[in-house]
Amino acid sequence: MSVTTAPVRTAPEAVSFTAARLPRIAPALVAVVAVAAAALPVLLLGWGPVAWAILSALVFLVALPVWAGVVEGRRGATDRLMTGLVWTACAIAVVPLASLLWTVVDRGLPRISSTFLTFSMYRTSLDQEVGIYHALIGTLLITIGAAVISVPIGIMAAIYLIEYGKGSRLAGWITFLVDVMTGIPSIVAGLFAFSVFILLFGPSYRSGIGGSVALSLLMIPVVVRSTEEMLRLVPADLREASYALGVPKWRTIVKVVLPTALGGIVTGVTLAIARVVGETAPLLLIAGLTTRTNFNLFDGRMTTLPVLIYTQNANPGIAETPGGTPPGVEIAWGAALVLIVIVMLLNLVARVIGRIFAPKTGH
Amino acid sequence: MATTVVAEDTGRARPRLGDRVFSRLALAAGIAILAALAGVFIFLAIEGVPGLSKPAEFYGSATSFWGYVAPLLFGTVLAAVIALVVAVPLAWGVALVVSHYAPKSIATPIAYVIDLLAAVPSVVFGLWGISVLARELQPAYVWLDENMGWLPFFAGPASGTGRTILTAGLVLAIMILPIITAISREVFAQTPRLHEEAALALGATRWEMIRMAVFPYARSGMVSAVMLGLGRALGETMAVAMVLSPGGGISLNLISSSNPASIASNIAANYKEGTPGKIQVLIATGLVLFLVTFLVNFAARWIVTRSERKLHR
Amino acid sequence: MNRTSFRKLLAPSVAVLALSISLTACGAGNESDAAASDGSSEATGGLSGDLSGAGSSAQEKAQGAWATGFQGMNDGNVTVNYDPVGSGDGRTNFIEGGVSFAGSDSYLNDDEGELTAAKERCNGEDPIEVPAYVSPIAVAFNVEGVDSLNLDADTIAQIFDGKITSWDDQAIADQNPDATLPDLAITPVHRSDDSGTTKNFTDYLGKASSSWSYEAEDAFPVKGGEAAEGTSGVISAVSGGKGTIGYADESQVGDLSVVSVKVGEEYVAPSAEGAATVVEASPAAEGRADVDMAVDIDRETTEPGAYPVVLLSYVIACQTYEDQAEADLVKGYLSYIVSDEGQQAASEEAGSAPLSSSVAEKAQSIVDAITAG
Repeated sequence: MSVTTAPVRTAPEAVSFTAARLPRIAPALVAVVAVAAAALPVLLLGWGPVAWAILSALVFLVALPVWAGVVEGRRGATDRLMTGLVWTACAIAVVPLASLLWTVVDRGLPRISSTFLTFSMYRTSLDQEVGIYHALIGTLLITIGAAVISVPIGIMAAIYLIEYGKGSRLAGWITFLVDVMTGIPSIVAGLFAFSVFILLFGPSYRSGIGGSVALSLLMIPVVVRSTEEMLRLVPADLREASYALGVPKWRTIVKVVLPTALGGIVTGVTLAIARVVGETAPLLLIAGLTTRTNFNLFDGRMTTLPVLIYTQNANPGIAETPGGTPPGVEIAWGAALVLIVIVMLLNLVARVIGRIFAPKTGH
Repeated sequence: MATTVVAEDTGRARPRLGDRVFSRLALAAGIAILAALAGVFIFLAIEGVPGLSKPAEFYGSATSFWGYVAPLLFGTVLAAVIALVVAVPLAWGVALVVSHYAPKSIATPIAYVIDLLAAVPSVVFGLWGISVLARELQPAYVWLDENMGWLPFFAGPASGTGRTILTAGLVLAIMILPIITAISREVFAQTPRLHEEAALALGATRWEMIRMAVFPYARSGMVSAVMLGLGRALGETMAVAMVLSPGGGISLNLISSSNPASIASNIAANYKEGTPGKIQVLIATGLVLFLVTFLVNFAARWIVTRSERKLHR
Repeated sequence: MNRTSFRKLLAPSVAVLALSISLTACGAGNESDAAASDGSSEATGGLSGDLSGAGSSAQEKAQGAWATGFQGMNDGNVTVNYDPVGSGDGRTNFIEGGVSFAGSDSYLNDDEGELTAAKERCNGEDPIEVPAYVSPIAVAFNVEGVDSLNLDADTIAQIFDGKITSWDDQAIADQNPDATLPDLAITPVHRSDDSGTTKNFTDYLGKASSSWSYEAEDAFPVKGGEAAEGTSGVISAVSGGKGTIGYADESQVGDLSVVSVKVGEEYVAPSAEGAATVVEASPAAEGRADVDMAVDIDRETTEPGAYPVVLLSYVIACQTYEDQAEADLVKGYLSYIVSDEGQQAASEEAGSAPLSSSVAEKAQSIVDAITAG
């Protein structure tokens, strides 16, 4: 084999070190052709734009790999196919997301006004304006409460799992049970917190902090899991370098490991907050519903935005004009938009913090 | 790996006060989690066990607890499976686009939009599911029934409103997509640049680089992400309660109007008007869900360790 | 890099804290000042404090209206909180002493000892139960080209039982000679969650028809068919589907066409007056104390103009409370609920049917006897 093929093989390699590649504009070219080719049956059979888009994508996903296969070989074809698939997945995922966001913005925006944002629902006569300020405060306080409880516990537990307990039986159990914890239905968490607080403070006790406790049961697994993954990815060299300089272990964790993983941890915490900020069932049980603004997390009923959205939508009242949108539905969509904006701002703040802290390495 | 052990040993050889306090704190946090979970379990057991053996009239049309919970359990698992099958490939695709394919100017907005979706309250997903998704999908279900009715999944008759378990599964998929994407994206991004560049330098295509350098490094995190998504899908309450049209028994038919409800949504729907006895039954179903989550996680862990051993990692 | 990192945390976290404090520092724009000045026109109450109730979610909007009116009567010094956790949970909360009053879609009974438990909670005295919220339940449908239908209880029962499956069925056509009924499958829509609406609707079907073999229950008894969560869910399923029919609070049906139900020899469309009439004509539940106005709705009534498919929701409270302030608040609030003004406010806000004057008077006399002791 070697003798006969040798001259044939060496000749082209000596000339060029790169294999044959498709021209740079190939994907764009194929895309245009695919859209045009798909247009033909669409026009003939009278299909809609959705079918056209799907057909174009399919044609593209077949045509480009085939062409690449001819020019670049099998590996190139696989690469092209996967690139196409990955982008398609992204496009498919964005469609429902965009539709959802559009629906919320479209239906929520008309209701937003300064009254809506600064008034509560406390009224003394039926013709007064109402707003969602009380629910806004309730959501902020209860969520902050839940974060204050679950973020330290979650991060410390993850530190234990990765830095101290690695490989121990206890750590194995904790990791496993944290996974189990992710599947607790929110209403069960609410019932649990409710019965604990009733047991401790009597049957008429309603407060925001009870809601915070219920929510932290749902938050902790997300915080632990994401933090754990991020800590695991911190290179061992960094820790070793720190130990070598005589830095004690806890200072190494605080000053080297945590900052290195901070971007990911912040994402995890944001996710956890996002996970619970929209919870309804547990909060209705233990934090109740009120029309007034309550600033005391530890005593008295507190309304949150999701509870407000749920109850307003469930009992929307009667529309002023027959066939119009009932007032409760308008309030619900407006509140949903506000809730999403709050989380968006929170996310933004978290990202900024993450960026400030991220160690400035070449990575 | 060996060097880490040495380093840890040096740390342990000189236990300082700070170290001891810090490690105790970390341990305490871990134990707090165990305690909380034990608390939930004890609560479920005390409140739920009487619900396992109530007189038959507490179980609606079923005669025993197991007859009552079986369709609910089936519905829970079916909806979660649909959600995972749809969401996981999409989520990994999006995560790869953000971390490796797209230029930064496109990747950041995509990542941001996806994160935003994690924040949409379940109630809003429910509202959107009814008013937009179910309506859009209904003609598709009719088509599936007519053209692919020979498959047991599409046996029909197609739902008149589109509020089927498939729709509920798709809504769940959209809900868990952001969670899986966000965590996968972070772990993909953590792949050491050196590994990636080494792969590329050896002549690997981009896909080969991802398969050989990124995936092995990120495997554990990808599994974690999926497990978090699964947990959410199993436990999701409000969105499923709003979107699904329940009432059916165990059936693989995905497009009809009588579907098995999920455990969590059934609790939410029936808790409100429940008398104390009925609530015990509902909490007992919660206990079942708890045990199922336990088993599913157990199974997943076993599969992961086995496949990791196979891959010599 | 490491030494500075946590100092850098300081700035943003201080900013976040400052933001949240500045937000929490000021109350809502409409509370205190506005509330005090607006409601002063008829400040007759002179009460102050907080009153908490829980229960039926059907009552939520009406409770909102009553709370508003009651708060206005007392210059905004009173806050009424109502948790719409559901009737069952509301009764449990009341019995455990968690709330001062409960709203419930069905009256207390002793099937699971709730009546006895409520008596214990009220220091051994019989609990007060007064009708507060009456709402006609409409049978709404969505069939293209059909604007109104006349149906008797038997036909409705068979439709919801899945026995009549097509809109051009003879049973429907016989009662509606003028309608052009399409050859279209009927999709009955019922509530997927337990609800007082379902209980009242199935109670009607069971008593007024001979073709309904199920008991009156909070959960819809027939397997299969389309189900939806809450009133709003049923409405959106009915209006979103083709050939759908469902039952829901009349105030929420909006644009949908509703069935006129056969009462005696006539067909009656749902109306507030019809609902109030049937409540007035119905007999009291047996073996009840004087302060307990529990009613078994007469579903087979032939009273002219009566509409027997109604939801009747009660307010449950005690005759005496240990605390004087609590007793005053409960008494004041409940007497506002059953007053003309209160019933009118609920009707405007929630679309309920005001109580007829004789029922309201009796309720008023019971409520007025609430004392501290």
